[in-house]
Amino acid sequence: MDAVGAPQTLLLLGGTSDIALAVARKYASAQPLKVILAARATERRSAAAAELEGLGCTVSEVDFSARASATHAQTIEECFADGDVDVAVVAFGILGEAEQAWTDADHALELAEINFVAPMHTGVLLAERMKAQRHGTIVALSSVAGERVRRSNFVYGSTKSGMDDFYTGLGYALDEFGVNVLVVRPGFVRSKMTEGLKAAPLATTPEQVAELTVAAVRTGKEQVWAPKLFQLVMIILKLVPRPIFRKLPF
Amino acid sequence: MSTCSQVRRITSVDEAVAIVREAAGSSSSMGRRGLTARGLGRSYGDPAQNSGGLTLDVTGLDKIISVDATGDADPVGGEPTVDLQAGVSLDTLMKVLLPFGLWIPVLPGTRQVTIGGAIGADVHGKNHHTQGSFGNHVRSLDLLTADGEIHHLTPGGDESDLFWATVGGMGLTGLVLRATVAVQRAETAYFTVDTDRVGGIDDLMTQMTARDADYTYSVAWFDAVTSGDRMGRAVLTLGNKATVDELPRTLRRQPLAFTAPSFGTVPPVFPNGMVNALTARAFSEFWYRKAPAHRVGEIQNITQFFHPLDIAQDWNRVYGPAGFLQYQFVVPFGAEDTFRQTLEVITSSGHYSCLNVLKRFGEANPAPLSFPTPGWTLTADFPIKPGLDALCRRLDELVLSVGGRLYLAKDSRMTAADLRQMYPRLDEFRAVRERVDPRGLFTSDQARRLEL
Repeated sequence: MDAVGAPQTLLLLGGTSDIALAVARKYASAQPLKVILAARATERRSAAAAELEGLGCTVSEVDFSARASATHAQTIEECFADGDVDVAVVAFGILGEAEQAWTDADHALELAEINFVAPMHTGVLLAERMKAQRHGTIVALSSVAGERVRRSNFVYGSTKSGMDDFYTGLGYALDEFGVNVLVVRPGFVRSKMTEGLKAAPLATTPEQVAELTVAAVRTGKEQVWAPKLFQLVMIILKLVPRPIFRKLPF
Repeated sequence: MSTCSQVRRITSVDEAVAIVREAAGSSSSMGRRGLTARGLGRSYGDPAQNSGGLTLDVTGLDKIISVDATGDADPVGGEPTVDLQAGVSLDTLMKVLLPFGLWIPVLPGTRQVTIGGAIGADVHGKNHHTQGSFGNHVRSLDLLTADGEIHHLTPGGDESDLFWATVGGMGLTGLVLRATVAVQRAETAYFTVDTDRVGGIDDLMTQMTARDADYTYSVAWFDAVTSGDRMGRAVLTLGNKATVDELPRTLRRQPLAFTAPSFGTVPPVFPNGMVNALTARAFSEFWYRKAPAHRVGEIQNITQFFHPLDIAQDWNRVYGPAGFLQYQFVVPFGAEDTFRQTLEVITSSGHYSCLNVLKRFGEANPAPLSFPTPGWTLTADFPIKPGLDALCRRLDELVLSVGGRLYLAKDSRMTAADLRQMYPRLDEFRAVRERVDPRGLFTSDQARRLEL
């Protein structure tokens, strides 16, 4: 990270996520950098790598599978093999099928493993590396859905809630080691994750989330909502009494 | 950006050797993240920082071992020298040398710099065009390398490549423990100074080219806020060391007396944004107007001539907690059009710099990473605010387009790729470093950032 807040190396865990790639593009538009794409070996990953290389970045691809927890240590080691990582974005996750998720145990397990277990497991491994280099920022892509769970997607919401709390606490723990953790809480983002769904109020785009994220990393913030208005909205929603909240139509 | 490092103050050579040997044999995180030497911390970026590793504070190595004021040790030239440890500051050294009638040959913009730092950054001053940079005046140095051995190096000796890699090498060849530095005879602690106000950048460059050779010291402050016809209006100061005869009667009794006036310390109360369009314009107008239009032979003391900022300690606090970024580059002679273009870019950028310095460099020395090369060097201080990165990159492009370079002691944001272009002898430096420190035990945040 240099004096004007530009990272030299960016790690994207879940390197094909729309928000993660928007973050990479945002940084690259200012100054080309090294980007490590950790994701499953898919065409989508190759395409992302090619696109970022087209923007002048030096891209390396590392295999990463959220549910294969036995491989996580090896993945993180590979990500740090070429030197320090200035910013690591934990961007992987799935939305799942809300009604199936609370009625089908396998699907619930899948959500829990991808959205909560794997972020926690890789988070501890990331923290170990960041601690050793004594600098850096971990960006955790959480969701406003985790701030107060709703009837309509409480399984997803609860996984994000756990993930959000873990990274918030990790930020407290890593503070003395010169490492910052930024928890990003987007609302409804129009992306491949929400394709085909009806946009919720205050819907945003990966580019807008990326812009807020990059600004928050630069100023060393610990949490940011996207759009910003969600901070206020969530404060109010959290004050709504439960008997009323459970009947709200979303 | 915040980083953490363990800092250890070393007070003896034996202690330094023990730490280096211990770190070299260690596979702990401290061993892996290496060692960084730190003096008085006046580099503007990260060369004296080592996140996750060990930073060695060498200001405890502060002994001046001997002063050869008569030059007896040099039967040929009779050149006076001083033999001293690397943690001595130029401020201390200057105060010790003056009563002997001796003067430090190269003084940068602050005296709060250690000998080790002056060698590592190969610092320069207002006399570069006549007397070169600090490394030109180092007659020998003791370097503790990663294997725990101490090398006695001279500019023309057996390991002269290691000597010159250490000069300007940003502390990456090892730890400088001790040096012998040539010093100059001086009758007084004063300077005779000619000052001229110059209406624009073209006139300034013409005058500097014509007049520099007649003076030991030459530098110009210029206005980096005003654009148009008066872009680059400047105050040119040219000076020589004063002789006793030139002093007014009142100063002749104690011609070598030096007092460092201080108006106190700037308190940390300034918010961000105090250096802005309004204040920068007002300052630039004032600074230009307060200078005489044309004055010859004024006697100035050391603080007036060299270090006007030293009268207020921690002056950097006026920039607020966000701080500022210093940008210094050199472009070769012949690239005057590009130079003018950099000034146009700055004055039209919406970023405001008050303390701007223009100087002509003379010949370079043999050090592969030494910054000064023949040409025009410009220094500006920008408050940190959004968009500054884009301005700096635009300036980088201009500097690169004519084969110029940035100064490592001031850099905090350039890229490894740009550095390779700016310093074509980087591989030569790397080869020497690879020989004496194959594991890269001596490192720094800057070394990692720029892949030095």
